[in-house]
Order: sequence, then structure tokens, then C-alpha cells
Amino acid sequence: MIGESDQFLLRAAGLTKTFSGDGVIVRAVRGVDLTLQHGEFAAITGPSGSGKSTLLHLLGGLERPTSGEIWLDGERVEGLSQARWAVLRRRRIGFVFQFFNLVSNMTVADNVELAALMGGASRKQAAARRSELLGELGLAAKADTAPARLSGGEQQRVALARAMANRPALLLADEPTGNLDSTATFSVLRLLARAHADGQAILLVTHDSRVASAADRVISLYDGMVADDAPMRAAAPQPAEAREMPLPRVLRLRG
Amino acid sequence: MKMPLLALLAKEPAHGYELKSQLEQIFGEAYPAPNIGQIYVTLQRLERDGLVRSQDVVQTTRPNKRVYELTDAGREAVVEWVDKASEGPRVHDGFFMKLALSQLAGTSDRLGLINRQRRHYLAQIRSLSLLATAADRRIPRLLIEGAMLHLQADLDWLQRCQEELV
Repeated sequence: MIGESDQFLLRAAGLTKTFSGDGVIVRAVRGVDLTLQHGEFAAITGPSGSGKSTLLHLLGGLERPTSGEIWLDGERVEGLSQARWAVLRRRRIGFVFQFFNLVSNMTVADNVELAALMGGASRKQAAARRSELLGELGLAAKADTAPARLSGGEQQRVALARAMANRPALLLADEPTGNLDSTATFSVLRLLARAHADGQAILLVTHDSRVASAADRVISLYDGMVADDAPMRAAAPQPAEAREMPLPRVLRLRG
Repeated sequence: MKMPLLALLAKEPAHGYELKSQLEQIFGEAYPAPNIGQIYVTLQRLERDGLVRSQDVVQTTRPNKRVYELTDAGREAVVEWVDKASEGPRVHDGFFMKLALSQLAGTSDRLGLINRQRRHYLAQIRSLSLLATAADRRIPRLLIEGAMLHLQADLDWLQRCQEELV
């Protein structure tokens, strides 16, 4: 079994998650099989309530599945203790929460540096990485600010910088552009594209089709199950070629 | 194509190639290069409808060129066109017809239809994102952004179709 799964960075088989409380049973994830290659960039889309966030939380060890298996780099991980999962998230998995989860009594810079330090970086490396990431995300001027003084969009970008601080092999991101205007979305996409080019695998949940279409692969979730798993065109064409591609008809002048 | 050509001629008389290059200049990356044949056919129709008139300008070293200018009726048509609110986009009824009638046509794989359409829209958005990156001028960029927003709405609508019909 191990030989079969370790060619993948991530593999989930028969994953389910059922929540029950107040006599109501919610089957949020209902049997998901999923693999992710090293360095692959995939997006999960679907309507709200389709189980996207729950699935991502299962894959990041933030929730325990009701049944099913999760393999990370050939190692079976779904039954690991919370402490062992925390170590995985410090070293190998970056997680961007939909609601940021920044440490409120630390500055923006310290939030990002702490993640790098916990991943094993030296103080100097951590500071360099922090300055690089905040610069790319247009947040250099906010380094000494407390997270609470930032806008939602800024906090979201800090959360992304923190998750990427130690260059995890796998980045899991829940709506990383959910609170961003188009300029900030563009800077996030640029950063993700660069991380992807550096060989990082990315799995993100998004309802923004521009973000989804930047991935190599789009997985559509519906009612807790995979409705479609579609490869996007692998090679991004150059702009000159893109000009010759058939354009949607909204671009044709009417009249 | 009719109205954009009339609008360009409202500024000053021009010949076919000038109109073609003006269109390219304004719409840039967002607009598929207009075909010169199409432009000439359109100009002939406009002339037949009395909206433009033309005359040959003699050139010594090259073939004569035909310069077009607006008539009063043409100018009125431009003003009316600019003043009137434009039609909103219609749903892509080609796809919807397939979806609604697929069972009659003997295939009941509606999810397959929706998935194929979703992939198609996503691929278009991907192409447009690349175009948008290349578009450094405001007019083409806005046109591309508009197209992407339409496709986003189409994707949302596809989701609704899936909820209701699958």
C-alpha cells in the first residue's frame, strides 16, 4: 500500500466527515477520493455548503475524518494526534484559514517570522523571508502594525505570508482571496504562481473562478462529493499566442 | 460592426484601412483583429442605406483610395446609438437548450453537460487572464474584465442549473 501511495504528495481515499449536534446530522464530506502530485496546483470550487472547507480542514489535520484514509508523502496521517499534526503544519503543510487566525498581540512581522522560526529557520533567515513575503504582497509598510489594525484583505495576505514562511511542500488555502479587491487578488495570484514555479504544491478552496482558472486542475465539489475533476490546459500560453485563441463572444462588438 | 465604424467616421472621414487600424488601436488585445473585407462590405451596406457617402481620392503612385464620410442621416444614427441604453447580455441559450432538451435527445447525462461547459468557461477565463496581463491600456483591459465577469456569472448560473436539474 505504501509503495502505491508514496508517489503522491497527498492522497485521500473514501474520506467522509459527519457532524452531529442538536439531533441534526450533517454529512459534510461523503466519500472523497483525491490525489495531489508533488508540485501540483489544484483548486477546489463548489457552492457554499458543498463541503469545500471541511475537506480542506480534514486534509490539513484540523478536523478528524469520520472514515477514510489520508496519506502524506507515503505516510498514513489521518489518525495522528493533534500534536503530531501541529508538527506537520509547522514543517510541511502551510494552512491559510478563511478567517486568518493571526496572533493578535504580535505584530504583522512577528506573526510571519514566528512561523518561519517554528519551521526551523534562523532568526536572520526568518527576517529575510518575512521581508520578502510582505514586500511581494504589498504589506512592507504594515510590518510593525498589530493585525487588528489591518483591513480584512490585509489580514488575509498576512495569513498567506505566514503560511508560506517556511516554504511548505504543500500549501492548503481556504478562500485566500475572499476579502480582496482585484489588485490584491492579482498580487496573491502572482505569489502563488511563483511558489508553484518553485515546486510547491498548492490546494486551494475558492469561489473566484479567476483564481480557480489559474490552477492546473479544478475539482468541483457538490454535496460533499467530487462532481468533476478537470485538468486545465497545463502550459500557460504566451500572450502572443493567447491573442489568437478563440475569444468569448462577449468580446465581439455588437451593432 | 456597423455602429463602431459610423462612430469612428463621426470624428473625421477615413478610408477602410484607417478604420481598421483605429479599431485595433482602441481595442487592442481585447478585440480580434477586424477583417478588412468585412469592413469594406459593411461600408458598402452603410452607403446603400444612406448613412455614409464615399468618393475616390486619386493617388499618383498607388491605386486610388475610397474615402468615406458620414451623411446627416449617419450622424443622427450615431447620436441615437450613443444616447440609447444597450441591451443586456442574454443567457447562452444554445447551452441551455441542450441542457433542457438532453433527455428528449436520448442523453440524460446532465452533469456531464454541465461539467463540460464549466471546463469550457474556466478555460476561457484562463485565456482572458493571460490577455488581461498583457493588456497595458485601459480600454482593452476593461473590456477583458467585463468578459471575465460575464463568465463568472455564467459559472454561477451553471451551478444553479446543477442544483435544480441534476
